[in-house]
Amino acid sequence: MSRVSMNTARSAKLGWLVAAALGLLSAPAQAEFGRLLATGGLTNIEGAGGGGIVPWATLASYADQQQWGATLAFNVADVDDYQLQVGAATVTYDNRWEFSYARQNFELKQLGGELKQSIYGLKYRLAGDVIYGAMPQVSIGLQHKRSGDFSLPQALGAASANGTDLYVSATKAWLDGPWHRTWLANLTVRGTRANELGLLGFGGDLQNNYQWVAEASVAMFVNRHWVVGMEYRQKPDNLSFAKEQDWYDVFVGWFPSKRVAVALAYTDLDAIAGAAGQTGVYGSLQISF
Amino acid sequence: MRSYNIAKRPLWVLAAVLAGSIHSGAVAHSAAPLSATIAPTELQQRDNSLYLALGEYQGLSQLMEAFVLAIAVDERVIHHFERVDIERFHQMLTLHLCELTGGPCEYTGADMVEVHRGMRISSAEFNAVVENLITAMQQQQLSVSTQNRLLAILAAMQHEIVYPQEQK
Repeated sequence: MSRVSMNTARSAKLGWLVAAALGLLSAPAQAEFGRLLATGGLTNIEGAGGGGIVPWATLASYADQQQWGATLAFNVADVDDYQLQVGAATVTYDNRWEFSYARQNFELKQLGGELKQSIYGLKYRLAGDVIYGAMPQVSIGLQHKRSGDFSLPQALGAASANGTDLYVSATKAWLDGPWHRTWLANLTVRGTRANELGLLGFGGDLQNNYQWVAEASVAMFVNRHWVVGMEYRQKPDNLSFAKEQDWYDVFVGWFPSKRVAVALAYTDLDAIAGAAGQTGVYGSLQISF
Repeated sequence: MRSYNIAKRPLWVLAAVLAGSIHSGAVAHSAAPLSATIAPTELQQRDNSLYLALGEYQGLSQLMEAFVLAIAVDERVIHHFERVDIERFHQMLTLHLCELTGGPCEYTGADMVEVHRGMRISSAEFNAVVENLITAMQQQQLSVSTQNRLLAILAAMQHEIVYPQEQK
């Protein structure tokens, strides 16, 4: 498929997504009766409710007990040699279950071509509430990832085209934290075999087993609508052809209403597949129903 | 004791009735009621900085008035207030918050579990009331710090109010 037709297909898909979102915007808002503003967070690059690069224990949307909710999101990370585009949708029920689907396109700007991946996610809130009570909200989740085309990952030494990450997350907000601001902290521990999220397959010549990695986010709400924070994501290193690096970002989030959430970040993805110094911007738009 | 069956009236009528009754009540309660004041020695040990930031009894009374008016036009939760004596509700709220924020008051009403027993308040309804309080605090132009301090105190009571309630 040529580059032009690929881009046309993508913009057609995006156009459809935007049209659907605009149609739903005029529907009555379940989001207006549920949880508090910003407690749904944003949608991470794997389609899970969370921050940008880290899934959180919070469930996407504002659905509370016995309510249904949904979100649509579009994320872009544009660094020196690559661009990651993510379209994602979630459905949540009862502030207990989160079902998600994400489609990742990883464009190789220098080499040409792109890597694709589909991610089917499931999250279950075990206990606690992010706002109320002393204990943090704790959720477990899985992300089943399926490569679009395994030929390049395989050539680079990846063992499998598909894989499943398992994680447990704890998220807690303090309404009256330091400087009388609302703070949020998240810690996620993930069992994974994924190379570069799974875009470069799963397992490899160096290491083929599940490894535990840690991911963390800290954020401060300047007021009820604006939040600043940072994130860290540890990653495995399974392939001998290039060392895989941990990721960082510093973000600003904006929650103008329960309908819309926006984030803008400076992101440091370090070296990816041997191309060093991958820094750039990350943008995220989420619409909740 | 008066009670309003507000469900059968248009909301603007309700809002007008509420505004009238609270305004007439506010005069009598513009200072902390004498019967509710506590001993000065105990007063000195309390951190009353939040109470002061909220504008003392007068400020709290105005805040609770804006809060009750926001609830009155909120279709998500109004059914829980159908048989509530609004004047007394406003007075008890103000008194309770005066005590909780370090003011010279003693809340003499029932505890939160007792007050909300049988109401089967959902988590979403509790959040709706929190949103009404935020609206009221914005109207009163309270700083983010003051808002967060008050929200933290009230959020700690969520488990006593939302059904099924946890007994203390």
